[in-house]
Amino acid sequence: MKMTGAQILIECLKREGVEVMFGYPGGQVLPLFDKIYDTDIKFILVRHEQGAAHAADGYARATGKPGVCIATSGPGATNLVTGIANAFMDSIPMVAITGQVKSYLIGNDAFQEADVTGITRPITKHNFLVKDVKDLARTMREAFYIASTGRPGPVLIDVPSDVQMAETEYIWPERVEIRSYNPTYFGHPGQIKKAAKMIQASKKPVVYAGGGIISSSAHLVLREFAERIQAPVTWTLMGIGGFPATNKLSLGMLGMHGTGYANHAITASDLIIAVGARFDDRVTGRLDAFAPKAKVIHIDIDPSSISKNIRVDIPIVGDARNILGELLEQMKKTPDTSSWLLEIDALKKKYPMRYNKDGNKIKPQYVIEQIDEVTGGNAIITTEVGQNQMWAAQWYKYNQPRTFISSGGLGTMGFGFPAAMGAKIGYPDKIVFDIAGDGSIQMNIQELATCICNKINVKIAILNNGYLGMVRQWQELFYKKRYSHTCLTGPDFVKLAESFGAAGIRVTKKEDVRQAIEKAIAIDNTVLIDFHIEPEENVFPMVPAGEAINTMIEGLA
Amino acid sequence: MKHTISVLVENKFGVLARVAGLFSARGYNIASLAVSETLDASISYMTIVVDAKDETVLEQIKKQLNKLIDVITVTDFTKKTHVERELALVKINYVAKDKAKIASVLKKYVAKIVHSKANTAIIEAVGEEEQIKALLESLGKFGIKELIRTGKIAITIGG
Repeated sequence: MKMTGAQILIECLKREGVEVMFGYPGGQVLPLFDKIYDTDIKFILVRHEQGAAHAADGYARATGKPGVCIATSGPGATNLVTGIANAFMDSIPMVAITGQVKSYLIGNDAFQEADVTGITRPITKHNFLVKDVKDLARTMREAFYIASTGRPGPVLIDVPSDVQMAETEYIWPERVEIRSYNPTYFGHPGQIKKAAKMIQASKKPVVYAGGGIISSSAHLVLREFAERIQAPVTWTLMGIGGFPATNKLSLGMLGMHGTGYANHAITASDLIIAVGARFDDRVTGRLDAFAPKAKVIHIDIDPSSISKNIRVDIPIVGDARNILGELLEQMKKTPDTSSWLLEIDALKKKYPMRYNKDGNKIKPQYVIEQIDEVTGGNAIITTEVGQNQMWAAQWYKYNQPRTFISSGGLGTMGFGFPAAMGAKIGYPDKIVFDIAGDGSIQMNIQELATCICNKINVKIAILNNGYLGMVRQWQELFYKKRYSHTCLTGPDFVKLAESFGAAGIRVTKKEDVRQAIEKAIAIDNTVLIDFHIEPEENVFPMVPAGEAINTMIEGLA
Repeated sequence: MKHTISVLVENKFGVLARVAGLFSARGYNIASLAVSETLDASISYMTIVVDAKDETVLEQIKKQLNKLIDVITVTDFTKKTHVERELALVKINYVAKDKAKIASVLKKYVAKIVHSKANTAIIEAVGEEEQIKALLESLGKFGIKELIRTGKIAITIGG
């Protein structure tokens, strides 16, 4: 059947099972938007293209399905860039479709022209410029395949407007084969046997779980594995929810703002079993002091993650879920970790997670604890970046994967709110909270209009301290309290929310916190809660940048 | 330390930019780069001489190259028996009194004059990096006016 390029794009999106796309129109996507007008696929019109990319990302993180965003050429596409880079750093499957100037104008500095495949080359898993409509269907198929297989990531397709208008026979390629792209899913049997032996011989194993647990849906087998070998489990920011926080083997998050007991357990451990994690500098601190007594087994689908930052004893390339399953089969004998678990208990007593509860001011940790209690730990929490993110990571107990959605690698302020929209569209029946700071929320606040127009009832909890809190914290601790440009004078957030048609609640007293959360959930609308918190509260514990992870600033004397 | 690696890539628009971009983004050094088509027109062959400070960096370079979707295979020649060559075109002073001496240098290095006019000759030399280097040293005393070298190309022995 003959179709235009724009029709082919829509047909391909349908065939890929896309149920929602986020985007913004413009000159070079007019042919595509003309077809979007007729399609059943839900289209969410954002107010800034960055919002579209983050919303697609949030949708992908919540559902595991590739998120789709669409923008026009030039500025539309460059506005997606931060969102694409964000998805790239956290290995999130996403397909971005951008319009491009007519193919015969490319390179002419045409109106709204930018070299978008050039700009996005280092921040996509792969990208395409489609110059011939005959290549479009195959390219779309490959884009979704590449985005969602192996180590997932964003793929961008740049489509000149004349290609959107050109006609060709539409043929859906049933099979997709890329000779140069063959991810490894199953671990090398010899390596797995060696790893099993090493685990059996260990006395102080620690499982260090990353985002790979979430993307490979390895959470159940991880739990079975940890319980079988009786090893404590710590996780990265990206691994939150991959292991139940309330499980007795849980150590919480490790690294810069990890728990003291996780960091001390790593330091004392004789075997680190890293699964789908990449030994990021925020996790390891000073490299030569990270897990100094331990051998390392590293399971990852991306060979380039292995031995990049630290020396690995047994690398196993493949899918985390498969390999943990294969390892379990090899675990005829399990190590005796009883005395190690006693040592862990002692560490938990010695370095408990705590904060100063004195005084009348609202503590941000308390707000998070209350959101946890009121939602029974069943909400999807998204975060912005900075103190709000770390408190959300530390004080909410995540027991399910895909319930904590946060910008890990890139650390993008302004991510949480549009990501919450995406998550809410993926899970309309779930309560979705964006834990925000008064700085971050202003980076994509325009999306309130998107929420109202599309009845996306997310809840925003601003931990308002009048500062860019995390930067201020570093200035306090490492720059002699010289608060250079970190003090913010915010808008009246309640009025701001109301002006968009959302509900706004201001909370200035500790005793009103819980009630405000309950009220926000009860209101059938987008709700913004402006919590006025202790302005100079810090995130602790904290490993100063470049220090050993067992040299933590505790915060409380 | 320098290592020669070859990269078979899809012969597609933008592939060279992907490879070059990878090196610059990750701070790796390219000492030389040669690209050509192969017998299969859909595949291009890149020979890259990289400067890697240690084995870990070299490993990362290979892994990162392999991660590019358009890269089909990466071969490291460091531990493989192989033949490698580069080509140099050297423009030198070519005056009557030096002609015999130049001829004997060229004979030693199996190089030849491909063009000469007035007091200038262009010499073509093919060989391993060290041979080219030695030739250039020998020619230096006659006065080199201009020098162009290709990047290295390499091929494995056997198979």
